[in-house]
Amino acid sequence: MPITIEMPKLSDTMTEGTLVKWIKKIGDTVAVGDILAEVETDKATMEMEAFDEGVLSEIYVKDGEKVQIGQKLAILLGKGEKPGAVTPSQAAPAPELATPVAKQPAKDGAPGAAETRAAKDQTATPPSIEPHAGDRVKASPLAKKLAADSGVDLGRVQGSGPGGRIVRADVEAAAQAAQVTQKIPVSRPPAPKPQPVAATLEDKRIPLTGMRKTIASRLLESKTTIPHFYLQSEIDAEPLAKLRKEINAAAEAAGIGKITVNDFILKATAVAASRVPLANAAFEGESIIQYGNVQLACAVAVEEGLVTPVIRAAQKKSLSQISGEIKDLAARARSKKLKPEEYQGGTITVSNLGGYGVEQFFAIINPPQAVIVSVGAIVQKPVVNEAGQIVPGQRFIVGVSCDHRVVDGAVGAQFLGELKKLLESPALMLI
Amino acid sequence: MPLLTYREALRAALSEEIERDENVVILGEEVAQYNGAYKVTEGLWKRFGDKRLIDTPISEAGFLGMGIGAAMLGLRPVMELMFWSFAYVAFDQIINNAGCVRYMSGGLLNVPIVIRGPANGGTNVGATHSHMPENLLANTPGLKVVTPATAYDAKGLMKTAIRDNDPVMVLENTLLYGEKWEVPEQEYLIPLGVADVKRPGADITIVAHGRAVITCLKAAELLEAEHEIYAEVIDLRSIRPLDEETILDSVRKTHRALVVEENKPFCGIASQIAATIQEKAFDELDAPVGRLSSIDAPAIYSPALEKKQLPDPQRVLTKVLQIC
Repeated sequence: MPITIEMPKLSDTMTEGTLVKWIKKIGDTVAVGDILAEVETDKATMEMEAFDEGVLSEIYVKDGEKVQIGQKLAILLGKGEKPGAVTPSQAAPAPELATPVAKQPAKDGAPGAAETRAAKDQTATPPSIEPHAGDRVKASPLAKKLAADSGVDLGRVQGSGPGGRIVRADVEAAAQAAQVTQKIPVSRPPAPKPQPVAATLEDKRIPLTGMRKTIASRLLESKTTIPHFYLQSEIDAEPLAKLRKEINAAAEAAGIGKITVNDFILKATAVAASRVPLANAAFEGESIIQYGNVQLACAVAVEEGLVTPVIRAAQKKSLSQISGEIKDLAARARSKKLKPEEYQGGTITVSNLGGYGVEQFFAIINPPQAVIVSVGAIVQKPVVNEAGQIVPGQRFIVGVSCDHRVVDGAVGAQFLGELKKLLESPALMLI
Repeated sequence: MPLLTYREALRAALSEEIERDENVVILGEEVAQYNGAYKVTEGLWKRFGDKRLIDTPISEAGFLGMGIGAAMLGLRPVMELMFWSFAYVAFDQIINNAGCVRYMSGGLLNVPIVIRGPANGGTNVGATHSHMPENLLANTPGLKVVTPATAYDAKGLMKTAIRDNDPVMVLENTLLYGEKWEVPEQEYLIPLGVADVKRPGADITIVAHGRAVITCLKAAELLEAEHEIYAEVIDLRSIRPLDEETILDSVRKTHRALVVEENKPFCGIASQIAATIQEKAFDELDAPVGRLSSIDAPAIYSPALEKKQLPDPQRVLTKVLQIC
């Protein structure tokens, strides 16, 4: 039966979404799990997957149009079906009812919630539309992981396990088959001709991804509306290096993950922010909100741009907990597996470009936060020791960018001072 | 390497430890003059005398309590239970006193006691003599639980158990007492909490403890011969502390797991292992974790049916074929 595709609610705060681009066109065959379109929410651009199979017969919304949640986007027809079974008048009322009704359960409590849910089911899904039985793809956890890694669409794989479950062998076979078919066109053209030099000089127009748009708008807002000021301090890295070596030697013996310099910086930031709570705050127009917990965001470079996954209540967490969490969050950020709630709600951010050899910089504040910490690379340089001699030392530069509406120079200095104290006597972080 | 029975290996461990440490003393029903109900302590009374081997009345709660008190004061008693089934009248001593006193004294008191004896079904001694309480015991933080499957493991684990400063429950098996394995002459210890890969394999991980390990090794041979399935058999050896890493490493290699036990299925050891695997290696699994336990009933007294109650190689094989 024809299926109406509506604008899904993709984040908690989403009320409308922009249909950035249709990936499928009218007449395209759609399999379960295929990407139909890209939808931009207030938070990110997400891919809208098909939950049913069929042929895309009608599209009601153009690329770039803003659409309310629940509003009809397209119609999917089953095999051999003719358009017209679902008329616009049948489907159109659904979203208008569905949105307000869906909000009620929270206010009304359990009995009301049950009623409204039933009502929503009836209205949101017209009676003529039945869910497809057997839409769920049965696959083992390992098969799912391998499919995600190798880009195999499980909807197209025949399962050979008990009850038709897709197992590892099936995914591997599908991946191999895909490689073979991909290779054919590649091998067809003879030796590729060298491109004329001029071609490489041509300008290239790169369309904005959702993430790039978000970065652009938020950082423009930050740099133009937040009065930034900057402080920096040079940190003696030797005690940190020494402690890290000791901890890692012990960690290796115990088979635990190693602690990185960045882990220490995250931990130090969490502790410093809890000691100087004014730095863990945000400007909210009529008031300043000083956060109870340090929700520590950490900038992670990903293919399209960057994301800032958040370590929750970082002030309560040990160095090894922070290390474990950021490792996991960063890995999932790179593979685009973060859930929105995992990168939202940060109260202070750390940006570390030390790994790229950058010696010093000042990051732009990540609004609505008031402070961002910028970390440079550890470098060997001549330093003057306590005896007044010039000796080789290891130093790195930490900068903080502050929102002057919230953090004054003295408070920023106090925060940076705490950070320096912790990083130069890193054992303090462990107690 | 000499072949020793499981019984002889245990005896060797006991006599070596009696000689090594003057605080080691063996107590239990008929352990001394009668040479032990299952002859584990045979000859030890004659050799070491009344001070080291002490016969007790038929009163498990009484003599286990005495042993626990003695352990608190510095002795290292090894308490024999004729059957672990008889420990049930002494659970207050084992769990409330031995299991909790180190915690409740704030670490001031240790209970370096070993409680040992057979815990197995399959011998037609009836439901009240066939209990396998390893899951009940391991459920108590403060108790350590080991279940040796071979003579080699029995000796190495028993010696470690005696030297451990916490209460260690050693669950033996009367069906293994007469079986022989190679046991080195020189001294060795097996640490608690280290599982043993008894047979390497690539296709499925079979986790077992106690006599179920022997059953699984036989099943693994059949699987290889008849189905070309190469099973890796892991002997837990110690239920608590539990060597999770060896299990998880194996699952990461084979991507399939079956847990086999002679214990009952409900809240058993297999449940614990299965939960651990799905929790910590979910993405590695290519099939649901299987469990194979005794049939969930009191130990069946009919000899014909009793044979069917415990997992045998054929049932392990059938279960593996369902998973692979």
